[in-house]
Amino acid sequence: MTVALSGEETAKKIAEQFSGAVIEASDQAILVKSDSLSEIAKYLKDTPEFNFDYLVHISAVDYLDYFELVYQLASLEHNHSLVIKTRCYDRENAAVPSIVSIWRAADFQEREIYDLMGISFTGHPNLKRIVLWDGYKGHPLRKDFL
Amino acid sequence: MEVTEPRKYIYSDTELDRHEGQEIEELIASSQQPIPDPDRWLDEDIDRNILVTSVDAILNWARRSSLWPAICFPACCAFELIAANASRFDLSRFGMEILRASPRQADLMITAGTLTWKMAPQVRRIYNQMAEPKWVIAMGACGISGGIFRSSYNVVPGYNRIIPVDVYIPGCPPRPEALIYGIRMLHQKIAREHTDIKLTPF
Repeated sequence: MTVALSGEETAKKIAEQFSGAVIEASDQAILVKSDSLSEIAKYLKDTPEFNFDYLVHISAVDYLDYFELVYQLASLEHNHSLVIKTRCYDRENAAVPSIVSIWRAADFQEREIYDLMGISFTGHPNLKRIVLWDGYKGHPLRKDFL
Repeated sequence: MEVTEPRKYIYSDTELDRHEGQEIEELIASSQQPIPDPDRWLDEDIDRNILVTSVDAILNWARRSSLWPAICFPACCAFELIAANASRFDLSRFGMEILRASPRQADLMITAGTLTWKMAPQVRRIYNQMAEPKWVIAMGACGISGGIFRSSYNVVPGYNRIIPVDVYIPGCPPRPEALIYGIRMLHQKIAREHTDIKLTPF
């Protein structure tokens, strides 16, 4: 069975590499700064100890004060998993770095989040609506929609 | 962080999207009111004469006895339609066991399921491609009015916004018995239709 890595222990190893990047860490998840998200993602993918070669899912949550993005990672080699989160406080021009260049699986999921949640991913090669049609006004999964 | 180049398309990157979006926006703008249901069959009795009545009887009998539905089932009501087609309820008793994949060969559209605005142009295209005479059955709550999704941001509130509907079958989903009852109602409606036959002089 897939072993969920402890967020606290992994966060310590990340903090050794990138000081100040980890905001908080619990047993389940690591909350990181969005500026250093792509560096941390690259580190988690390329380090042999972690080898997170598989991006399971990205989801976005609207907490009204901020958006939270949840990245679920897994390693097929080590059969372990990890959840990292990042937050985005700007509601009008919500933006986080794209991780398409690290995991291609992020392509359609980031487009879906952009479409329904209105968070743009800087560096995404083809960021446009995927579910709704071009010209649709608003982002329906936001809590303040309608 | 390295960023890969944008993908190249045969069309320019957003031309197809703009076209699709424009088509949907135009369809929404022109579909704000329901299309009136066909009511020409209501006062046919008055206009008839004896000669045409017998021709009508044959034509309408032939038409209602071989209604072929087009395959256009966007959502879950389709399963009740499939059940109605299968051996227990056996729609072939009414000469309509053949579901036509080509709308050119179909007379009847059974709108089994929720329709989104993104799908609406395609459904209307299927309807437009069907040859006359053609009829539409709105099956289920979503087909009638959008159902529980009516207030959603992308659901068509009833098929009669985009195509004229002949028979409404309530239910969520309607049981096969209800569907068959609706089809029988449509048979009665077809039986009262009147066809103008124009004889060209040689």
